[in-house]
Amino acid sequence: MDQSKIRNFSIIAHIDHGKSTLADRILEVTDTVAERDMRAQLLDSMDLERERGITIKAQAVRVAWKGHELNLIDTPGHVDFTYEVSRSLQACEGALLVVDAAQGIEAQTLANAYLAIENGLEIVPVVNKIDLPSADPERASAEVADLLGDDPAKVVRISAKTGLNVGDVLDAIVERVPAPAGDPDAPSRALVFDSSYDQYRGVLAFIRVVDGSFTRREELQTMATGTRFDAEELGFFSPTMTPVESLSAGEVGYVVTGLKDVSRLRVGDTITSVARRASKPLPGYKDVKPMVFAGLYPTDSDAYPELRDALERLKLNDGALFYEPEVSKALGFGFRCGFLGLLHMEIVRERLEREFDLDLLVTAPTVAYRVRERNDTELVEVHNPADFPREFEEVEEPYVKASIIVPKEYVGAVMELNNERRGTFDHMEYLSPERVHLKYDLPLAEIVLDYYDQLKSRTRGYASFDYDPSGFEPGKLVRVDVLVGGELVDALSLIIHRDFAYERGKLLVEKLREEIPRQMFDVAIQAAIGSRVIARETVKARRKDVIAKCYGGDISRKRKLLEKQKKGKKRMKQVGGVEVPQEAFLAVLSIGQGQKSS
Amino acid sequence: MSDTRHLYVHLPFCAHRCGYCDFVTVAGRSGQHRDYVDALLRELELERASLAGELETVFLGGGTPTFTALPELVRLLEALPAAAEVTTEANPETVTPELARALRDAGVTRVSLGAQTFRPELLRVLERVAGPDDVRRAVHHLRDAGCDNISLDLIYGIPGQSPSDLAADLDDALALEPEHLSCYELEAKPGTRFTHAWGAELDRQADAMEDYFERVVATLTGAGYRWYETANFCRPDAERDLRSRHNLAYWLGRDYLGIGIGAVTTIDGLRRRNSPRLGRYLEALAAGRAPERELEPLDADVRARERVMLGLRLDEPLPLAGLRHALDPAGLARVEQLGLAEDAGDTLTLTERGRFLGGGVTAELLA
Repeated sequence: MDQSKIRNFSIIAHIDHGKSTLADRILEVTDTVAERDMRAQLLDSMDLERERGITIKAQAVRVAWKGHELNLIDTPGHVDFTYEVSRSLQACEGALLVVDAAQGIEAQTLANAYLAIENGLEIVPVVNKIDLPSADPERASAEVADLLGDDPAKVVRISAKTGLNVGDVLDAIVERVPAPAGDPDAPSRALVFDSSYDQYRGVLAFIRVVDGSFTRREELQTMATGTRFDAEELGFFSPTMTPVESLSAGEVGYVVTGLKDVSRLRVGDTITSVARRASKPLPGYKDVKPMVFAGLYPTDSDAYPELRDALERLKLNDGALFYEPEVSKALGFGFRCGFLGLLHMEIVRERLEREFDLDLLVTAPTVAYRVRERNDTELVEVHNPADFPREFEEVEEPYVKASIIVPKEYVGAVMELNNERRGTFDHMEYLSPERVHLKYDLPLAEIVLDYYDQLKSRTRGYASFDYDPSGFEPGKLVRVDVLVGGELVDALSLIIHRDFAYERGKLLVEKLREEIPRQMFDVAIQAAIGSRVIARETVKARRKDVIAKCYGGDISRKRKLLEKQKKGKKRMKQVGGVEVPQEAFLAVLSIGQGQKSS
Repeated sequence: MSDTRHLYVHLPFCAHRCGYCDFVTVAGRSGQHRDYVDALLRELELERASLAGELETVFLGGGTPTFTALPELVRLLEALPAAAEVTTEANPETVTPELARALRDAGVTRVSLGAQTFRPELLRVLERVAGPDDVRRAVHHLRDAGCDNISLDLIYGIPGQSPSDLAADLDDALALEPEHLSCYELEAKPGTRFTHAWGAELDRQADAMEDYFERVVATLTGAGYRWYETANFCRPDAERDLRSRHNLAYWLGRDYLGIGIGAVTTIDGLRRRNSPRLGRYLEALAAGRAPERELEPLDADVRARERVMLGLRLDEPLPLAGLRHALDPAGLARVEQLGLAEDAGDTLTLTERGRFLGGGVTAELLA
């Protein structure tokens, strides 16, 4: 294909603003897929993605339109995958910015739109769902045009659902998005913008060829990790896999590598030909590091090997997942896992439970701290509060740049929340007379508690939120331990800002008192900093626990009840003779509030 | 083989099925009483070989045994083997002077009256037919007929009940000087019409059950009654043991034969439950066949667990011979350390606090 006839683009949209529906419609109007074969939202291959309305793994589909080759590169829609989004965008020259005509711009859209602008992409603004009765295409168009410094007339107004004006979108791509600029005769370079793993064919890399060309059977090499492999197959998706002999500058496609481990072929890396090696990699490669950590334990300790195998297999197609074995006194053998963010954690947990049929106990998420102990010279990263030293010289915690968009009447509520969460105000601007964009610096640790829930509830669901890691800063932090029945429960330890320690320690023990069922004896629940108890509650002993009646006719049933009660006891984790239910290990999640309004 | 000394006879008929009831009952059907008694006697005939020559106890439970047409009830009682204790359950409103005499003449030695509560509004909640005075009258009719062993059933935790209502119920029951009292917390089964109707109030009552149970035990033991089983109390009597001998047989793990629909038998390590379906039962026995049954073999381990579960409901020490293997030593050490049980080597006894927590203690103790 003539390079000047190629257009590479992606779609930027908030969840539910219609990205997948638009992608489906594009496949239809270009006759890539017959309508009758259209499985709703074809591009989302995993069940989980479809259910959650999000796309985790980007893919690329080639379509033909009026003599042009259009490559639609799908981007993940969520904050946790910013790096993957940025790689997908780097593979494009243009992006459709899709905004719901009723909802307007949301924080995630904004973050990704900025990302696209930073990557030098031509933005084609699209207002979707204009068929809805609640649609306000004028307002939404004005908002988008204002954001882009564009003429509102250039905003394409469509209904992806009915197909209205979808052809106009493709025309706009052909007209406005530049053709790829790479040099077809230079040493070959391709950007890996995504990868997936197939158990028969190994790692499959999604690539954008920037310079030169690649041919089947050629020996290739990644430039950052130095992995060598043969191009077992080259091709593109349309929408099914279509093998070709070669891919050249400007084209988007896939390469089957035969590699057995996704970690050897990282997103953002540059692939070059061993024979015609490029001297410099493409810019922007980054080693993604987990931001959020949690302990994963099998509910039934016998299932530890199953959990280990499942994590191993999951890691094959999730290069961002990190895990290492961990032992908790309270919970037994498990793994400390690192995730890109909370959503990533949630997805991993669900996949483990759904695809691997595991029953898991997940401890409250925490962040990575950097601690320097007395007489040490270096900061050491700590991923588990139980490993956090009680005495230390200095500590740093991760911060994020948070972006929040709300209707103006909720600005006060958001500011109040951010103040409670140790946020520092950075910037505020009006997107429209009604909607405000707030920027804050926030400690990540404050977000992994229940920040998002609080934000939603205090703004009646109107706020949208996004964040970007911004590095580590010193913090006045202390380790708070929890003792149940006089025994330290390592899985409940947490790191809190010193100014909040008493308040949150108190809220935590109050919450635990509600979560821990009454036992046959009084159970003291204490929060302590070192040996100093800062809060205490008591779960009063039960005074009655009997089966009311038991005669000849119901002995079997009552015996089974008792056996069930016995099994229930076994399922609960025993800590110092106290049965602690799983929910208790997440109690810390609901104590994030700075005041006692919960 | 033939040494079962306890016989249970199920009489399912009731005037009305109360909302909270989960027993095998049949409302009305007076036309079938005769056929049913015939069937019972046939089933007894089929099982005769498993009974000892002399029985210790016979127990007629229901349903409402005394709702059964009187001639049929009398015919049944007269045909049943004699026993040292013959108990029948009765609903207060069914007890007339005539019935009381008939029961006495037919060999009934003990009557268990379903009083439940003496508050008219609470009786209505339970959908009971009787009023408070029916209970009092029933006791007097029974006494007049010479019945010297009467038990009253009470229920607590009824929607709308207050602690003072319960106190008044206990006082009203004690005023009748029964030989025996059974006090149960209301068990509202999920999914029943009753539970649906009283949801929130049942939750409130559930929170109050601890207090109710303590009040019941304190009041009745304070009045001199012996708290001999989790939910059962009897008057101490120098001449007689007023505990329910039939029910003791269950709690001591003895074999028993049950006849009638839904009745359960446990003999020689085999438990079997008759099908609860009246029509099929009548049909089978009319044809001289045993009724349909569910069988549940009880291995030695299960039997040992049941012995522990049932034995710990009593105020007497549980003999541990042959039961040690059913106990978890760590659990035993824990409950002892908590002051809930005392292990005397050959017996295990729950302390008073242990008895209030009997279910949890047993779950802890079982291996």
